[in-house]
Formats: sequence, C-alpha cells, structure tokens
Amino acid sequence: MEPTDVKNPEYFHKVVDCQYACPAHTPVPEYIRLIAAQRYTEAYMINWESNVFPGVLGRTCDRPCEPACRRGRVEKEPVAICRLKRVAADNKDSIADLLPEIPRQKNGKRIACIGAGPASLTVARDLMPLGYDIDIYDNQMAGGGMMRSQIPSFRLPIQVLDEEVNYILDMGVTTFFDTEVTSMRSILDKGYDAVFVGTGAPRGKGLDLPGLEEAGDAVHIGIDWLSSVAFEHTHKIGKRVLVLGGGNTAMDCCRTSKRLGGEDVRVVVRSPFADMKASPWEKEDAMHEGIPIYDNHTPKEFVLEDGELKGMLFEKVEAKYDENGKRSLVPTGEDLVFMEADDVLMAIGQENAFPWIERDVDIDFDKWDMPVVDATSFQSTNEKVFFGGDAAFGPENVITAVAHGHQAAISIDLYCRGESVQNRPAPFTNLVSQKMGIHEWSYDNAVESDERYVVPLAPLAKALGDRKVEVELGFDQGMGFKEAERCLNCDVQTVFQEDRCIECDACVDICPTDCISFVGNAGEEELRTRLSAPAGNLAQDLYVSESLPTTRVMVKDENVCLHCGLCAERCPTTAWDMQKFFYGVTKAGQTA
Amino acid sequence: MSYQVPKFRHPDLPVNELGYTRADYEGAISTLCAGCGHDSISGSIVRACHELSLEPHKIAKLSGIGCSSKAPTYFLGKSHGFNSVHGRMPSVVTGAAMANRELMYLGVSGDGDTASIGMGQFTHAIRRNLNMVYIVMNNGCYGLTKGQDSATADEGSASKKGDPNPFGAIDLPGLALQLGATFVARSFSGDKDQLVPLIKAAMTHRGFALIDVVSPCVTFNNNAASTKSYEFVREHAAATGTVDFVPMREEITTSYEPGHSQEVTLHDGSVLHLHKLSDDLDPFDRSSAMLALERYRSAGQILTGLIYMNKDSHDLHEVLETSRRPLNTLVEEDLCPGNKVLQNINASLR
Repeated sequence: MEPTDVKNPEYFHKVVDCQYACPAHTPVPEYIRLIAAQRYTEAYMINWESNVFPGVLGRTCDRPCEPACRRGRVEKEPVAICRLKRVAADNKDSIADLLPEIPRQKNGKRIACIGAGPASLTVARDLMPLGYDIDIYDNQMAGGGMMRSQIPSFRLPIQVLDEEVNYILDMGVTTFFDTEVTSMRSILDKGYDAVFVGTGAPRGKGLDLPGLEEAGDAVHIGIDWLSSVAFEHTHKIGKRVLVLGGGNTAMDCCRTSKRLGGEDVRVVVRSPFADMKASPWEKEDAMHEGIPIYDNHTPKEFVLEDGELKGMLFEKVEAKYDENGKRSLVPTGEDLVFMEADDVLMAIGQENAFPWIERDVDIDFDKWDMPVVDATSFQSTNEKVFFGGDAAFGPENVITAVAHGHQAAISIDLYCRGESVQNRPAPFTNLVSQKMGIHEWSYDNAVESDERYVVPLAPLAKALGDRKVEVELGFDQGMGFKEAERCLNCDVQTVFQEDRCIECDACVDICPTDCISFVGNAGEEELRTRLSAPAGNLAQDLYVSESLPTTRVMVKDENVCLHCGLCAERCPTTAWDMQKFFYGVTKAGQTA
Repeated sequence: MSYQVPKFRHPDLPVNELGYTRADYEGAISTLCAGCGHDSISGSIVRACHELSLEPHKIAKLSGIGCSSKAPTYFLGKSHGFNSVHGRMPSVVTGAAMANRELMYLGVSGDGDTASIGMGQFTHAIRRNLNMVYIVMNNGCYGLTKGQDSATADEGSASKKGDPNPFGAIDLPGLALQLGATFVARSFSGDKDQLVPLIKAAMTHRGFALIDVVSPCVTFNNNAASTKSYEFVREHAAATGTVDFVPMREEITTSYEPGHSQEVTLHDGSVLHLHKLSDDLDPFDRSSAMLALERYRSAGQILTGLIYMNKDSHDLHEVLETSRRPLNTLVEEDLCPGNKVLQNINASLR
C-alpha cells in the first residue's frame, strides 16, 4: 500500500468515528472532555456552533454517532454521547455574552427562509452575524417546525425548545408566523437576494383501506394529530387506540395516546420487530410504558358497526428475503386478526409536498416531483433558491437538517457575494501534540472500564399522568462525569514519524488491542492478513508508514485503537506521538 | 504515566486449545525503559505459551537480579514466580524441579546474572541437564546501574558513556556447548519470527535449553559504537536457518526442498522443522556447532537460530531416576511402605 497521507484532513477526521458519522460533524470528544472537566458552558458552545440545538438534540437526536462509536467495538455499548450533550445543556451558565455579535450595519442583502424549522433557523444563525437581513415565514404560531409540532413535550420540554429557537430569533430575525406561504412567485417578487426553502416533509401518508371513509374522525394522520396535541387543539383520545406504523412517529403517537386517555394502546406494524424503522431506544421507551408492539401484521380493513369504528382486521405475514436481501412480506394463511379500536393513528411515513411552488419559476422538479437540488451547494435550478432539511431530499432528521442549513448558508453567502457556490472553503483543522512530559499527556489517557450508565427516568405513573412531564431526568453531574470518562478520546491521534523509528517493537508489545504491526508491504487485501490481529473491518482504514530500514512498514489498523497513548509512552524515540486533531466544518463567511 | 494497561483487548483475538487468548498470558505493565529489548522477549514468551496452549498454572518463571530478572512480572501473570538472589536462580530451579517435575520451568536471567555472579550456578545447571528453559536477556551492560560493560560485552564495543571494552566477551552459547548443553540457540529480541518458534521448541525440549537473546539496552547501549544495538545486530546477524515448530496435534502442511531441510520429532511428538540450513552447520553435531560459532564470531557476525540440539537428551530426572510423581502428591503410604518392604531391603543387603 502507498503510505498514508495524514496531511489530508479527512484521514484523521475518519478516525474520530462519532464526529465523522455526525451529519454536522460536531467535535464530540472535545465537548465530552469539557463535560468531564465540568466546563459545561464551553461544552455547550462547541455544540451550539456545530449543531445549533444542543438542548433539543441532547434529548431527541437520532444519534448516528452512537452506532459509530469506537467504544461499541471494544465492549458492549457505545458512549451515551447524546445524553452527555444534554448534560452540557442542563448545566451551562448564561451564554448571552458568548453569542456572536450581530452587526448594526447590515450588508444590504435580504434572505427569505420558508419554514421555521431546524434547517431555516440554522441558515439564519449562520447568516445573521454576517449582516444579512432575514425574513422567516411559517404557518405555525412559533418557530421550531417539526421540533415543536411533532416531538412530544414528554421528550422535549417546550422551554428547552423556546430557549434555543430564541437565541436565533433574538438576533433580529423578522418572523412571519401564522403565515402560510402559498406562492413561491409572490416570495420571489418581493425581491429577496436569495430564498431558502426549509419546509420539511409535511404530509403524512395515509392508508386507503375499506371502511376508511365511514370511520371518519376516528382515524387520524399521525403527524397531524401530534401537532394538534402540541398546539393544544386535541386533549383526549379513545380508550382503545391502534397505532399503525413502526417508525419514531408511531412511537411518539402511542406514547402520547397513553397520556391522553388511551388505556389499551397497541402499535401494529407490518414488518418484523427487528426491521422496524424506529430507533431501538424509542421502541424500548414505548414498551417500558406498557405498550405492546404487534409485528408482522398487515392492516386490511376498518371494521364498523352502525357507522362507528369498532376495530381493524389484520393479516398475519412473514418476512421472506431473497438472495439479494430484498424483503417481501408473505401472508401466513392464518385467519385475519381482529383488534378493537376507538381510534386509529396512521404513522406510516411522511412525504414532501410543494403545491405552493409554481412550476414556471425556473425550479426544476424530477420524476418523483422533488425539486432538483445540488447535493453539495443545496442550490436548485433557480440559482436564487436553495433547499435544505427534509424539503431537499426527503425525510431525515433534525441533525441532518442542521447540517444542510450550514451548507446552504455557505452557498447563499457565496452567491450573494457573487462567487461560485462550488468554490467552498476548506474545513478548519488543527493537529497539536498533547505531550506534557516524558510520559505525561494533557488528556486523561487512562481507559475506564465502566459500562454505559442508564439515564434515570421519572416514575412511570407520574410520567403517564401528564404529557408535559419529561420522562428522562438526564444524567446528573456525577453520572455525567462517569459517562464522559468512558470516551476513548479518538480525536487524540496516534501520529507516526518513520524517520525516528528504530523498530524496537515496543509499541507492538504494549498495544492492548494489537493495532500495530511491522510487516512487509503488500496490497491492502494481503496486508490485512499479515497483521498481528484480525483486521476484518474494511470500513476502518490502515495507517501505513513509509518503508523502514528493514524494508518493512508500520501498519496500524485504526479499528479498535483505544487512543490510550501507550504506544507513544513506550516509544524510546518519540516516533509515536499523541496529537489532538480538531476538525471544524466550514462556516458561512469563512474565507477560502 | 500509565500504571495499568487498559482492560479492553481486540475483540477477535484467536483462542488456543484451552480457550485462552494471548491476553490470558500477559502480566503487569512493564516498568523497564521504553524500547527495552526485554519487553519484546516478554512478548515472545507470551506468544509462545499461548500458541503452545500451556496452562498458566503449570508454568513456573524464576529469575535472579537485574533488569532481565524484573521482566517475569511483565508476562505470565497467572503463573508461579520466584525472584531469587542474584545469580542463584539455577539452584532454586533445581530444587523446584526435583520436587515437582510436572511444571515447565522458565528461568529468566541477564548477562550479569548469568555470566558474572551466577556463572557457577549456570554451568552446573547445564552439566546436570536440568529440565528447564534458560533465557538470557543479553544486553552487554549493567543497565540497572547505569550501563557499565558486562562480561558479555564484545571486545572493542563501547556503551553510550563508556570507552571501548578492552576484554573479550564470554560467549554463552559457546560455553554451554562446551559444558554439554542439549539445546543451544541464540536470537534477537527484535526478531519475533525467529524467537517465538525457538522458545516453543525449547519449552518442548527435555533437558537444559539455553536461548541467548541479544536484547538492546536503549538507554545505555544502543549507540553507534555498541555491538549490541538494534542497528548493529540487524546488520550482523546471520541465521543458521529458519525454524518452524509444529505441535504434536497439528498436521504438517509445509514441505521444504530436500537437502535444505531437516525434521526432528521431540519427545512429546511435536515436530521441529529446520530449513534453509546453511551448508556449514549441522545442528545435531556438537563439533560442527562449535566450529560454526567460532567461524561466525571471527568473521564479526552473530550466529542466530538453533545452533545445537541433542536429540537423545536425558534430563536430570532420568539420570537420577527420581520419583515420577511430584513430591507433594506422595502420601505416607508411598514414603513409608511398611515393615515388610524394610525387611526385604535389609535382606537384600545381607
């Protein structure tokens, strides 16, 4: 293999698995260390810079970082990254002085953001400090988008959301709430320099089954019903509730039902339990509240008696997978199953809908009726119009919307300054030795063996009694510290300098996880078989040195490196050094 | 400074026949200098014991005094250990081996512990063909007392702060051959591919097995003028051939060109493959081995690999016809067989 080019910022970025997996590339180990040092405000600000809604995301994030966490490859469970974020948010001091200054002298450019969800708010957050004037339009009464309408308050207290939305609105954003935008042309006609569309995926899918029409009010679309609860239009539901669907919305629907008078609440899903789209922890939370999940049941029809909904019929199916792993649900041939219901909530998916965008305003739509959007710049075919969040490429999650918002803000800024939106500045990176003495490091390199701590919950009876009581209590400072100590500091990189190496094998001998080998060079496939321990995780890179005096090369399999620094401690010539790598995603206004 | 090795290990570490991973043969974190060759030898011992599927509680590691003799703390943390007086490890092994022949005795010593203060003990352990593995971690200096030349330092070699050594070196493999050692090998801490099979073979050999391992002292004797530095040894080592150790239970899968390869079956049925042998050494012929050692020495080279092995070795137990059972398993009946047996003995003496 060719020697690894560690000067390419993406190499070490990829080693920081959590940060790499995060759509917004939040510097996770950096803020976890700050939490361990009880520097909560600084930990919060690192998050705020990167993901804009630390308090919200610390409770509700889909946490792509956690399955990626290296800790999950050396023991049972990853670090509770998401809930540590909440520790920073819960314990911070006032951040008023730390927020960016908003110039009094504006730059004369006006931007419209359609929708006040996470994507639009991120665009505003990034562009306000640069002197832009921003108008946000939303059909809801307050900002936050789906974070307000669809995330139940027992998972996300409204004060937490308000606080983080207001940090942005208080920068001087002009808001037009309770305002449904019905025409893109009318917005374009207002002479904005650029328009950002962050309208989400607002249309819940329904099932057109026999009896639907007759069932009338007893059948609801999940996301519409959740928002009706959030805005206090709906206060109760029948005693027997069926929730159709297996995603996170279904989990929110069933748990909300349980708090609004539902006694026999069931989730019914077509797929097998393991294939359900909901995050594992959201399934667990629902089951913890006594909600059964019936998998492998396909809804067939609504059953009515005297014009009133009595229940539904389901067909039992079995998942069969063909040789390509493609799944089909095959009926088992058993009798249809009847389940009683007073109300049915359909949470089977969401889709985009752009009836308000005229098709003659130079915005091209593809065959799925989605706008054609550039994946890097988020620009549509109308160079003034940018898309982000669920509106760009379909339903994802809050953190993805934030990441889109950051990128769209860069594009809008470049566009307004007359530069190419493809000419994007490089990320900010920094690599600094952590050496403090012969065997001393400026980070806590000892690896704690503790297993993942469980977040304490409010008593079940109390939580189910009031939909506004937050279920999770969060880690307290002590538990937060213990959990933070589980982080392996993957951003502290093992950097190898071959011209110092005397090939004494000390690093090979000490490495607890057998990451390091000195072997004859070969192609990657062959090289992976020559290492001191199996190197079968192809998603993880090999760090290969230049040729050494014995003609061998140093090969480090990054897969299960604990970043404990022992290789560097046992190296007599400091050929190994522990260097902290910081990777900051490019921000709007940053020069190339 | 780290005082502990993290608990986590590679999740896919191979397990041996006992179900143990390499981690089960490790010891405490080393306190030797960073880069010390001794740590690599410890690593090789760990690998050899794991690959041989030895039960850790059936191993006794014994040592004297010195950097080398600290090393047993850093491997085989679940085995028996005895850190004896300076140079007296062979006596303690002799006693232990006589009392319990069922353990595998691994003596770890240094050049000072063996070639100076312990010389008398070393020679007699060889002469008696004690069933043990004797590893010398040989760095040519007294690392624990700031690097003075030891008795194995080569003539003309200079340590970091020293003058060229005016005296000739004691060559431990040569001495061992002279005294009738039944297994003699030399290796280099920086060459695990050679060292691990040699340790495995030595552990399987019945009788005294010496491995003299050149092990650079990075702190005091790894400089340009030293003949025991990493660089010098790499440049001047000449291997007798490569050694493959095939345990008894495994099928022999490799085959070698005839004429350049020999097989030896060890007493437990394991097979030692020696191949790519140089033409001028027959490792089963003592005088050939002695000549080869001298030839390479005078050419300024370090002969490594298996130098000599006596296929018909009879260890001390066999020679003395000692009890086949460990003494701690003998009960009163065995030790006091009764009046009738005594009468028979007395009768036989009349």
